[in-house]
Amino acid sequence: MIKFILNNKEVSTAMPSGTPVLDFVRYHQDLTGTKIGCREGDCGACTVVVGELKHGELRYRSATSCLMPLGNAHGKHIVTIEGVNMDELNPVQQAMADESATQCGFCTPGFVMSMAGFCLSKTVPTPQNAIAAVDGNICRCTGYKSIERAAGRVANRLKQRSAEDPVTFATKQGILPAYFSGIQERLQVMALGLNGELANDNPVAQRVGGGTDLYVQKHDEIKDASIRFLFDNADLKGISQIGNHCVIGPSTTVTDLIESPVMLAHFSDFNAYTKLVSSTPIRNMATIGGNFINASPIGDFTIFFLALDATLTLNDGTTSRELPLRNLYQGYKTLDKSPEEQLEQIRFELPDARARFNFEKVSKRTHLDIASVNSAIFITVANDVITSARLSAGGVAPIPKQLAKTAQFLTGKPITEELIIESTAIAQTEIAPISDARGTEAYKRLLLSQLIKAHFIKLFPELNVKQLLAQ
Amino acid sequence: MKNIDSRTHVRGESIYLDDIPVIRGTLFGAAFGSPVAHGVIRHLDLTDAEAMPGVVRILTYKDVTGENQIGGIVPDEPLLAEQHVHYCGMPIAFVVAETDDEARAAVKKITVDIDPLPVITDPREAQALDELIIRPRTFRLGDTATAWEQCAYIFDGTADTNGQEHLYIETQGAYAVPQENNGIKLYSSTQGPTAVQRAVARSSGLPMHQIDVDVTRLGGGFGGKEDQANMWAALCALAAHVLRKPVKYALHRMEDMAMTGKRHPYSSDFKIGLDNDLKIVAYEATFYQNAGAAADLSPAVMERTLFHCTNSYFIPNVTATAYCCRTNLPPNTAFRGFGGPQGMFVIEAAITKAAESLGVDAAIIQAKNLNKTGDEFPYGQKAVSESHICWNKAQDVYEIDVIRGQIAAFNDTSALYKKGLALMPVCFGISFTNTRMNQARALVHVYTDGSVGVSTGAVEMGQGVNTKMVQVAAHVLSIQSERIKLHSTSTYRIANTSPSAASATADLNGKAVEMACTSIIQRLKAVAAEELQVRVDEITLKDEFVYWGDKKTDWYWQRLVMAAYTKRVSLSEHAHYATPDIHYDATKEKGHPFAYHVYGSAIVEVTVDCLRGTYEVDAVKVVHDFGVSMNPLVDRGQIEGGIVQGIGWMTMEEVVFDKAGRLRSNALSTYKVPDIYSVPKQIIIEPLKTEQDNLAIFRSKAVGEPPLMYGIGAYFALRKAVLAFNPTAIIPFDAPMTPEKVLLALYNANAIRSTMPFANDHTANSLEINP
Repeated sequence: MIKFILNNKEVSTAMPSGTPVLDFVRYHQDLTGTKIGCREGDCGACTVVVGELKHGELRYRSATSCLMPLGNAHGKHIVTIEGVNMDELNPVQQAMADESATQCGFCTPGFVMSMAGFCLSKTVPTPQNAIAAVDGNICRCTGYKSIERAAGRVANRLKQRSAEDPVTFATKQGILPAYFSGIQERLQVMALGLNGELANDNPVAQRVGGGTDLYVQKHDEIKDASIRFLFDNADLKGISQIGNHCVIGPSTTVTDLIESPVMLAHFSDFNAYTKLVSSTPIRNMATIGGNFINASPIGDFTIFFLALDATLTLNDGTTSRELPLRNLYQGYKTLDKSPEEQLEQIRFELPDARARFNFEKVSKRTHLDIASVNSAIFITVANDVITSARLSAGGVAPIPKQLAKTAQFLTGKPITEELIIESTAIAQTEIAPISDARGTEAYKRLLLSQLIKAHFIKLFPELNVKQLLAQ
Repeated sequence: MKNIDSRTHVRGESIYLDDIPVIRGTLFGAAFGSPVAHGVIRHLDLTDAEAMPGVVRILTYKDVTGENQIGGIVPDEPLLAEQHVHYCGMPIAFVVAETDDEARAAVKKITVDIDPLPVITDPREAQALDELIIRPRTFRLGDTATAWEQCAYIFDGTADTNGQEHLYIETQGAYAVPQENNGIKLYSSTQGPTAVQRAVARSSGLPMHQIDVDVTRLGGGFGGKEDQANMWAALCALAAHVLRKPVKYALHRMEDMAMTGKRHPYSSDFKIGLDNDLKIVAYEATFYQNAGAAADLSPAVMERTLFHCTNSYFIPNVTATAYCCRTNLPPNTAFRGFGGPQGMFVIEAAITKAAESLGVDAAIIQAKNLNKTGDEFPYGQKAVSESHICWNKAQDVYEIDVIRGQIAAFNDTSALYKKGLALMPVCFGISFTNTRMNQARALVHVYTDGSVGVSTGAVEMGQGVNTKMVQVAAHVLSIQSERIKLHSTSTYRIANTSPSAASATADLNGKAVEMACTSIIQRLKAVAAEELQVRVDEITLKDEFVYWGDKKTDWYWQRLVMAAYTKRVSLSEHAHYATPDIHYDATKEKGHPFAYHVYGSAIVEVTVDCLRGTYEVDAVKVVHDFGVSMNPLVDRGQIEGGIVQGIGWMTMEEVVFDKAGRLRSNALSTYKVPDIYSVPKQIIIEPLKTEQDNLAIFRSKAVGEPPLMYGIGAYFALRKAVLAFNPTAIIPFDAPMTPEKVLLALYNANAIRSTMPFANDHTANSLEINP
């Protein structure tokens, strides 16, 4: 039986563990405030807030319930719009109503839940951060300006919080219902009674991490499948620095990465990169391992870690082996990995002070979109000579690609505008983009050249921009 | 006054179609759509599907109990395909099963053999083959043939706009519940309850009085649920009628996107002539409307393109012709603006072409040609114009010269980024252009406790019409709005409704509410006069009290209502409103089709990243003609939302069909609408409050559609920014201006050639999808 706290009530269910939380709450619990807009995590109408114990501390994050299997709700607190209702409107609801930030109303519960998640998080309550909290919610009526104004009010309401625990603050201030103050203890008690409900000995069971890609691509197959859940496997989580290496558990979420001091210390623009990757609820759910294994030719973090030449540890239950990420991809969605093998660890060398790194992504819509082309570069320069370079690109081949020839061409040469322009021509020889809904081949080719220039313009401000743009 | 649904919306307590509690025994439907865009059905195999668990019945055209026809304007659309299929997704069979999942699983097991026929996706190709849904129409003013001689400058070109997916967040759906004696109660997410009722009556064979279509609200419509809700309602109703069981179908997003029509793509030719003073002397335009496989509302949409082909400008010699072209795409349909935006884009393109060729700013030509009161539109109506005042006010309050200076200074110093600016005047006619549709009814009941129930034909879909109806009733009855309840829109209470469309819903239904409440108030005043033994013309009602002259009496609202009831005076009224003064003669293409026009002027500023081809809209600054807004909160929301939707159409929203007629942008992952980060950093709306009388409810002009067209300015501003970077850029007039088109224009042929040697000859029309 899967057990969790749904709003203020303990629930247990024998439904297939792959059932999306969305269907469970709407059609089995009659909580119809959670809406269905797209069933692929792209509209946010089904947003819920998920509370879980992490190192004994209760932590809340938003999630799109359409992509979240019941198995990933096990032992947690799932909050739907009904769970934040009080007799009077809560301050988020009041702000949305006062600013006329609701028109047809269909997307509204999702916005309210994203903002409720913001109120329960430790994110600094600025208006910008409040707006960022709803970056995964689409509204087709309002044009968002009223929602921006409402988000500003919500941020303002949290200003006095300072160091206080968000859950305590929210309940004391009447921002959310009082029952939230008892959840931590109830989850602790519940945890004692959870024991292997989700165990799955089937060696080739479908592995599910965050589900954010699987539930888009294979919704119908997966909802009744035999699943091995990886998302809450503590052995597969965590980010640590060992010497000059960083070791990441594959079930680490993008949000975990964003909150990691190791990453922030070594990638000063990390927040800017990750703002270009999906949306807050998806970043809360999507795992790095999932991004690698789903083998999309355009996975943002695959491209990021290809430039860092990350190494994977795979284990089939008896033996483990190491495999460079660049060698994982053998063809379109074809991996050098047996069905029994599980990704256990991701490791890469942290860039030192001499190294420079950049990530670029262009998509039709800058945020909450899949890239037309993305690219990352890792480069070291000494005395104006490129001493090492690694370049990766997505959306330009059947697999996420390291542009080895281009990197080799750059290595050992003085960094000049001419060199960069020549390197873009080399890059053209090692890619094979196709025309699709994200752009024509001609566009993707031009775009890759532009993104290579963008890497250099950002990392080497002394270069002559006009000269680089002229060709 | 805030939207009356705000409270239930923010609490998730508002009920939409899929939230209606399911009645015991309800079955679930799912449509099987044609996998090919054009062909003849050789064999439909239902065997495997029928054997699937939970399947109750699979309906085909043979099961249709009435006429297999749901076409509105033209009877050219079967409910279920018979021998021919005309577009991908055209419903061929309707599976009914015990659960939603079972119905969809069974759909996947249906196979069909279709002999393919040639597929047409291009409206010009359809026109060349005489594949026209109705006869072409031409609007004429003056004589362009002779006017060209008077022109110092003549320019011609083509201008194309792509379609637009409505992307209401609530998908289409219906829920049919059989009633005793063959009646059907039908919940439908429709903007047109009567249209649904008619389609169901025709296809089921039942008389209209058996069919109660009931609509509480929609999770967005934007025109997409005006006629295109009919299909799903008719399928559910047919299944319910045949099986005597409740049947529900709420479409999945991909089904909705693949099976329903969108805003019409247009391809157009223009020719524009100006004199030495840059006055436009003559304008010719030919519009090729991509109507899709059936008429749907295309003829009416095409008509509005012609009505708005000169936007806010007075041009003495105009010839505009439009072709309604039949292609093998899902039938395209109403979308906010209803053909008007497509017509306006072409005149703006023509002006821009002239301006760029002559090396002047387009705004100079725009300003010189704005219409004024008394000017004749090509369709004969005389303008009551606010064009100049909106334009001039926008220039003044937003200090356009300062903006221009800032942009020029920025562009001088910035290598990586360039800014662009465009002005977009709008003139949009309010009324259904089909004159007979400009009628509405309201039913008002005052109950003996003083509470009031109001029913109209208006459908609430977020535009705030129900809030405005409450305001009208509260104002006329002089009572608190809390006493008034807006009832769901039901064909049993209000008959023969026009759809909630054409921006006219609040005007038409509001006037009917006003009339109904006025009648009741007159009767109540008579009761008060009799009770007080004074003359009725000395009685007024204010803030729930009866006043005799200036003197407040102790006759309060409930007491008066009860007294009327006791005297057996009717406390109910059903009122009928028909817009006066409007008429149109389609044989002459002349008349007075609009009750009034809404005017406005927008300044749109953008910044382009010239390295990456991406862009941001910095600001949209508007002066908008409200008349006298009866609800500034609601109206501001309509304007902000309309602007963003218009910008979406002009920038990132790209409907992609391949040559085989399959939709490639078939999910939210491949079809992008604006998110919170892509909207203008700043939207400022300055009201133009106009005092003269008009036919709007409480002189509060319609606000639904006109603001969408401010978004057109984004296209032209992006063009300006690209040209600031690359003055030799050749940019076809081809919206949307996606980041792809921007980048290709920034680095025109030279840059593309240098990166092309390894490219294959792919075009957007021969796409392979990258899953």
